[in-house]
Amino acid sequence: MSTTPPSARTPAAVPAPAPDRSPRRGQVRRPGDLVFSGASLASGLLIMAILAGVATFLLVQSLPVLTADPGEVTGEAGFAAYVLPLIVGTVLASVLAMAMATPVAVGIALFVSHYAPRRLGASIGFVIDLLAAVPSVVFGMWGWQVLAPRLVPAFAWLEANLGWVPLFAEGSNTGRTIATASLVLAVMILPIITAVSREVFLQTPRLHEEAALALGATKWEMIRTAVLPFGKPGVIGGTMLGLGRALGETMAVAIILSTGGFTWNIIGPGNSTIPAEIALNFPEAAGLRLSELIAAGLVLFVITLVVNLVARYIVEKRSEFSGAN
Amino acid sequence: MAIQTQHTGSDVTPPPRKRGPMEGIELSTVRPAGDRIGYAVLLGALALAATLWLAGGLNVVLAAVVGFLVYLAGVYTAYRVVGGRRVATDHVMRGLVYGAFILAVLPLVSLLWTVVGQGIPRAFHPDFLLQTMNGVTGVQDEATMQEGAPMVGGAYHAVVGTLVITGIATVLSVPIGLFTAIYLVEYSNKNALSHVIRFLVDVMTGIPSIVAGLFAFALWAMVFGIGTKDALAGAVALSVLMIPTVVRSSEEMLRIVPNDLREASLALGVPKWRTVAKVVLPTAASGLASGVTLAIARVIGETAPLLVAVGYARGLNLNPVEGPMNSLAVYAYYMFTRPLNPGFRDPSLERAWAAALLLVLLVVALNLTARLIAKLFAPKTGR
Repeated sequence: MSTTPPSARTPAAVPAPAPDRSPRRGQVRRPGDLVFSGASLASGLLIMAILAGVATFLLVQSLPVLTADPGEVTGEAGFAAYVLPLIVGTVLASVLAMAMATPVAVGIALFVSHYAPRRLGASIGFVIDLLAAVPSVVFGMWGWQVLAPRLVPAFAWLEANLGWVPLFAEGSNTGRTIATASLVLAVMILPIITAVSREVFLQTPRLHEEAALALGATKWEMIRTAVLPFGKPGVIGGTMLGLGRALGETMAVAIILSTGGFTWNIIGPGNSTIPAEIALNFPEAAGLRLSELIAAGLVLFVITLVVNLVARYIVEKRSEFSGAN
Repeated sequence: MAIQTQHTGSDVTPPPRKRGPMEGIELSTVRPAGDRIGYAVLLGALALAATLWLAGGLNVVLAAVVGFLVYLAGVYTAYRVVGGRRVATDHVMRGLVYGAFILAVLPLVSLLWTVVGQGIPRAFHPDFLLQTMNGVTGVQDEATMQEGAPMVGGAYHAVVGTLVITGIATVLSVPIGLFTAIYLVEYSNKNALSHVIRFLVDVMTGIPSIVAGLFAFALWAMVFGIGTKDALAGAVALSVLMIPTVVRSSEEMLRIVPNDLREASLALGVPKWRTVAKVVLPTAASGLASGVTLAIARVIGETAPLLVAVGYARGLNLNPVEGPMNSLAVYAYYMFTRPLNPGFRDPSLERAWAAALLLVLLVVALNLTARLIAKLFAPKTGR
């Protein structure tokens, strides 16, 4: 900031008592300042401590399974063999969700930024935000009760007509499949991809757009030549943020999916994701099983961390904006 | 390549340009065709979809999809004839963009419809709001379904639990988040530490909620012994999710406070901390409050961390440091996936949807409150 505070030196050694905001302290300059800047600094450091704590405590709790005899782990082939199908299932569900959500999200973002009347755009933004606010357990219940039964005929059709593709080998008759879960995940990550894309699309330089139109471009040609190239990194970053969210999403998958071992067949029961595995088994787990699930959580933490960091990097390389939330 | 001139682009010579009112730049020569054709095609497609659905006995969704495809094809053909390939593509893309929007609204409408429809019968029943699940078993549910006995068991304990856990989480994360934002904006002078903190806040935003729950569980396991579950652990897990949201929104709000205000205050000899407390924070108050409200709305519906860190209680528990506590989200999850009586699911499902409705109403109310705060109490000098 351009102003120089009276006590600009960092009082790192100050412990962090609760901030004293009583005005009587105002007479004495230094203590008030020390308390305030100390509390601010301590909060910042606490965030670092929390993150370090997340990694440390998870690691400590998962040590027993990492050092355990492979025969004692679920599946009796060691932790790696246990967690690998879960990782594949998690990535499969999330990538499917991302693939379904991205085109629609880009469409909505374009609709809000370039097609809808400006006043309507704001209320549409609110509606989309509402979609982000619905608790995931409600999404799960909706997917189980409303969506899954309605997808059964679609799965049957896929099996009958595209059955030779391994992905559509055998249709489920309950609809509780990884495809259904991915569809619900897609709806859940739609808002974040839309929000980030919308913000970059709105940042497209007005002159680029008008130059394209002045050259005689139609609206779509203007979007394709001016808006989309400009917004591409934002869309990619938003998609990755959506992927990160889908990877960590628990309840929807835990409720909808009828879990099982890994299979390429996405329209039948089977597969599981790390968060769903934890949520379904944690309440009854004890001993080594507990440690196993926590270790799976650690793996999930690392995967989402990497995805999110890449996403941040791509988004921020473009420009600074706060659409990531 | 992409932007061609009119002559190479369209294979049909456009009709003589109409000199309409110049509505900005969009009235260019490549769009000689009006919107009327599009509306006509749309009406035709809608009529077709309705016919297929009502008379043809086709599934609603399938009929809508067929109608949409017919609309796209019709629009393309019509505009191809009237205005050429580029105009036709333009209109098809417009159709796709509008279609994407409608596609996104459908699940929202269906979801809200389901939640309200399934939840209303039970959600506002006094029995549901004032009873706990203490002593309620599958026997009562069977009696309800078989003999029409009144339904017993409610979510009073879950409502209270949600408020307690979220309340503690708010008390924990608002000071930390707010002071971190103050550090970043007012005290850090953009030093290396502030970059690290900002980076870590970004990392924290991406922590999956279940990992936050595992963190709280592991922390409690190390401090109080393995398997300790109580409301405070849940509040800590929710704080991990809430702090980054609070930091980000608060930082944004503090940044838009004009620097002139700070300089004027400092020039009058006011200490830095009083400047922050009496000038900066009050100016940004509405934005801060709305940011906090949104953060609460974000965590109030979390299920996974509470499932892991707090557990499931059948009765009322008001002590946040002793034993499991229930919450609306976990209540809905258990009622939905583990009905009291697997042979007679309906009463449990009804309770689950009622809890879901209460939860959605809470979230929507919080979101509206946040908007209202931001609108009503916005500082006049803000922007």
